[in-house]
Amino acid sequence: MKPAAFTYHRARDVAGAIRLLAELGDEAKIIAGGQSLVAMMNYRLARPAHLVDIGRIGGLDHLRGDGSTLRIGALTTHHAVEVATDAWLGRGFTLLRDAMAWVGHLPIRTRGTVGGSLAHADATAEWCLLAVLLDAEIVASGPRGTRTIAAGDFFHGFYTTALAADEMITEVVFPRPAPHSALLEFAERRGDFAIVSAAVDLDVDEHRAGRAVRGGRVALGGVAPVPVRVPEAEAVLAEGGQAGPDLFRRCAAAAAAAIDPPGDGNGSADYRRALTQTLIEDACAKAVSR
Amino acid sequence: MTDRQLITLRVNGEPYELVIEPRRTLADTLRQDLGLTGTHLGCEHGICGACTVLVDGAPARACLMFAVQAEDRDIRTVESLADGDELSDLQRAFSAHHALQCGFCTPGFLMLAEGFLAERPEATREEIRELVSSNLCRCTGYQPIVDAVEDCARRRQASRREHDRAACGEAERSGHAAGA
Amino acid sequence: MSAHTTESRHAPAGRYVGASVPRREDPRLLTGRGRFVDDIRIPGLLHAQFVRSRVASGVVTSIDLSAVLDVPGVVAAYTAADLDVIGITAVLDRPRTQFVPTEMPILARDRVRFAGEPLAIVIAEDPYAAEDGVEAAAVTYQVHTPVTSAEQALEPGAPLVHDEAADNVLLDVSMFATEGIDEVFAEAPCVVRVRTRTGRQNAVPLETRGAVADWDDRDAQLVVRTCTQVPHQVRTVMARSLRLDERAVRVITPDMGGGFGQKCVVGREEIAVAAAALRLRRPVKWIEDRKDALTASFLAREQRYDARAAFDRDGRILALDADIVCDMGAYSCYPFTAAVEPLMASAEMPGVYRVPAYRVRGRAVTTNKAPSAPYRGVSRPQYVMVMERLFERAARELKVDAVELRRRNLITEFPYSGVNNITYDAGSYLDSLNLCEQVLKDEGWYDLKAAAAAGGRHVGIGYSCFNERTGYGSGAFAQRKMSVVPGFDMTEARMDTTGSVTITTGTLSHGQSHETTLAQIAADELKLDISKIKIVQGDTDRVIYGWGTFASRSVVVGGSAVRLAAVKLAEKLRMLAAGLLDTTPDDVELDDGRVRRRDDPGRGLGYAELADIAYLKAHLVPKDLEPGLSVTATFDVFTDGTFGNATHGAVVELHKGTGRVEILRYVCVEDCGVAINPMVVEGQCRGGIAQGIAGALFEQVTYDEQGEPSATGFLDYKVPTASEIPDVAIHHLETPSALTESGAKGVGEGGTIGAPAAVLNAVNDALAPTGVELNDTPITPETVQRALEQAS
Repeated sequence: MKPAAFTYHRARDVAGAIRLLAELGDEAKIIAGGQSLVAMMNYRLARPAHLVDIGRIGGLDHLRGDGSTLRIGALTTHHAVEVATDAWLGRGFTLLRDAMAWVGHLPIRTRGTVGGSLAHADATAEWCLLAVLLDAEIVASGPRGTRTIAAGDFFHGFYTTALAADEMITEVVFPRPAPHSALLEFAERRGDFAIVSAAVDLDVDEHRAGRAVRGGRVALGGVAPVPVRVPEAEAVLAEGGQAGPDLFRRCAAAAAAAIDPPGDGNGSADYRRALTQTLIEDACAKAVSR
Repeated sequence: MTDRQLITLRVNGEPYELVIEPRRTLADTLRQDLGLTGTHLGCEHGICGACTVLVDGAPARACLMFAVQAEDRDIRTVESLADGDELSDLQRAFSAHHALQCGFCTPGFLMLAEGFLAERPEATREEIRELVSSNLCRCTGYQPIVDAVEDCARRRQASRREHDRAACGEAERSGHAAGA
Repeated sequence: MSAHTTESRHAPAGRYVGASVPRREDPRLLTGRGRFVDDIRIPGLLHAQFVRSRVASGVVTSIDLSAVLDVPGVVAAYTAADLDVIGITAVLDRPRTQFVPTEMPILARDRVRFAGEPLAIVIAEDPYAAEDGVEAAAVTYQVHTPVTSAEQALEPGAPLVHDEAADNVLLDVSMFATEGIDEVFAEAPCVVRVRTRTGRQNAVPLETRGAVADWDDRDAQLVVRTCTQVPHQVRTVMARSLRLDERAVRVITPDMGGGFGQKCVVGREEIAVAAAALRLRRPVKWIEDRKDALTASFLAREQRYDARAAFDRDGRILALDADIVCDMGAYSCYPFTAAVEPLMASAEMPGVYRVPAYRVRGRAVTTNKAPSAPYRGVSRPQYVMVMERLFERAARELKVDAVELRRRNLITEFPYSGVNNITYDAGSYLDSLNLCEQVLKDEGWYDLKAAAAAGGRHVGIGYSCFNERTGYGSGAFAQRKMSVVPGFDMTEARMDTTGSVTITTGTLSHGQSHETTLAQIAADELKLDISKIKIVQGDTDRVIYGWGTFASRSVVVGGSAVRLAAVKLAEKLRMLAAGLLDTTPDDVELDDGRVRRRDDPGRGLGYAELADIAYLKAHLVPKDLEPGLSVTATFDVFTDGTFGNATHGAVVELHKGTGRVEILRYVCVEDCGVAINPMVVEGQCRGGIAQGIAGALFEQVTYDEQGEPSATGFLDYKVPTASEIPDVAIHHLETPSALTESGAKGVGEGGTIGAPAAVLNAVNDALAPTGVELNDTPITPETVQRALEQAS
């Protein structure tokens, strides 16, 4: 399990990286933390002729909040988010921090990057799910300049995204989640890729007695080639109701009925539906409890 | 064989210059080029953690990193833990709790715990268990590894408190002296 | 650690046996100074990888390696035709109606029998170039329909894996068949039946297999460093395969990263590596990568049971009838053969229970999957699971508490001669069950279970009672009709002129701590500080002969040989000292590194003084003694050996929404006789239990219709982590073995044997209100979720 040969290029800055990507074309691949890519290269499932290492580019590992949004540099590691203080993250972004506990294990989180995770676009990756849930915007630079891609348009299919071969992610911008949000996953073992992951972001009217849900967002991973929002479940939340088991059960049921999940060695379609039911219910309950 | 590259590495405080293929992983470079065979390879896809080393103080999989990526980073391996024949407190805890049998996974667990405890010295047993779940061990059933890391953490806490108390007492005494 | 840990130990006779002596292996392993096969570096070392079959069944129509040789860094590439080595054939002395011998070629010649089978070896300057070379090989196949299950293999007209095995059956034995057993079943008031399947597992030593082979011109010897549990057996097969005198092969086993049985058979790759080194006259290293370790190494455990048990109204078992089919994959393993699993199960299935009538049919079936080897516990995890399920079923039918039902049937009088013609030595079967149940009651788990049920939660408690035969000597293996009969062990003990002692053992520690435990045994016998004793293992030129480490035999057989050798060395010291102290050997005694006169303890000679005379002043050695201080001893077992035993208790909770099985508590009450080193014993129990839980809940390799294995990495082969394996409370009982020199019984496999049954019973206890019963392993969350959903 030794990777095939490649030529190594170290980019000094974003412009340099883009120039290299443009020159080298499809034969090139960006490496940041490499936590997914190197494993695939060791299996020779990925065999880029050129690797463009962006790991040394300065100024891309930031966490910058302005109260309403959080800008995360592409080279920010999962672990940097995991240990970020409230002051760094800005109020209300604890959902992102808490979600990091689901990303593999510590030695993966210390190297893996936010940008790398989004670009790799695994159907169960936490960053992809969070981006879709919160309508994040992905900022990418290429020879034609910088553009911003809405998360909803970014993920195209299994490991494929809207990024062109000569583009790289520089930053992702997260709007602030609602105060009541949560991400939950299920896998057989601690740290495994989720069979199903679910994230919710609830709009709760705190002032009314009994706390009423006025709406919310629901996203799922592992039930389609890309992380998806579930409008049917969100419709249930939009109808509103008391924040409690009944509403959450109906919301989850709407999601479970709406999806058409794949079946594979990690779980049948039915099982994924059952997990969807459970995880959304539990995520809603967790969200309102915080 | 393809193009080779000159790189410099800093491992356990020592600088090295090497001419290697860029495709060589950090793990293979440590083991084969530098002769630091304490870092083991158990899966080469980042799951088992036998190759865990510290990169700038943080635990990382040496099989998921090319040596060229490690330039200018501070790499620490299991060979750095003991002082000559004097085992470190973490190593002693592993032995005392029988946290190793065949010993193949041990360097990875040691570096994992070393990096973690430096960042989270007050970790709870549950946090330690979650940490230990980062790597695979086939011999021990994990419990002794959790015990060893926890024991090491508690001893370090105790000695820090001891140290703080001593420093505090020292400050108090010197304060009295100054006031007198 | 439980309160019983130290209390129940009887006082050790010496200073070391019975004490948790710190491991002597630890310092080097903790500092990265251990030496595993892949750590060995020799100038000029080349690296090998294998071209492997992409198809599960077929005929290779062409292999073109010309492009391989053009790959930069590649030095050589060989096919079976190039190497011309003799394949491995493991044989039983049984008629062909019972056993069909088959050959495993070193490299496949034309027929390929599983996806991953080695076809050619590529040797290169570094491991990266070797893989480049493997990729450049061009192989064409005529693809055949593979046999991917035992059911398919047994169907009439199924494709044949080996032409010589006309029905894909490599072993078919029917045993015992107590007279009148059919009538017993016909007339019994309670007959229960359990059908179960267990998944194909990989032992997963964290260090994969590997070898470094190098021809030494000066010694005219091929030196092979390889991680094997059985160095002498590798030497025998390798010498035959390469047509060398056995003395021309030296097998050395360095530090070893686990084995668990996968490395107790002789593999084909290491012989191909040796053949290549011999041809090239350069050192060649092969390290199996994880993908190959999961797909092309030795697997185990895939079995199917159809078992019935008859009980009387009082809940006494009357008869047991079992049909056992083991899917052994493509080849027989050496020396055990494909019969290892069905023969173990057939011979030992009645276990700890008084079963008056027994009939069993055991079959080994060959399929187009990676071959099987013994794996920690060998069939016992499965048949214990079946027995324990039968008792649970019967308890339900008879409306008796399942623990009480076991109590009525456990063997309580020893020695006990079983219906399976095995005599069991004394054990604490009943005591261990009673203690285990008491612990769980005292800790409040029964109350918790009741409260949980009231609250709609699914909590269950399960037990398993089992024994573990650990004194497999030549007698037991001969009984199985092996043509290569393992069993005995030889030790040499040698004192040097400084009075320090080197002891060789034919067993092979790969995590079991023999450098510590065997030294403890010798140190007590020699009245010598343990630091003065070095255990040497794993070198066919230094160790006279031995059968390595498997079947929990090391402390029982190897330890007894060590003790005997130490006794002999002590005797020689006494004789030498007696001559020099003007008295008789009976009138001197060993004490703390000296031999002294009993009547005048002030008069004595230190070991170094005696050794100095024995070697450097031989003219002073009494006439009737030979110079030097070196002795050898052999130990073997011709009886039915000795039986360790244990009861495991598991408490689980099933999580409804996900089907997750959470183990809330795990209690093990074990009895391995005298524990040489309690710390090591507990380590063996915990590690074994973790592997048993892994089999019960997590690990499995499946094959699709093309014979492609499901797991090529640890994402798919789910070795559990610290978050899945619970802490284990261990309680000790001690029934010393009369068989062994130390009173110890083996303990290497027990944890793995007992855990699947305890977990499975606990899961089914939790499922009891739903009426669903799960008997196949691994029990996945999806299965549990479905069961809970059906019920609700």
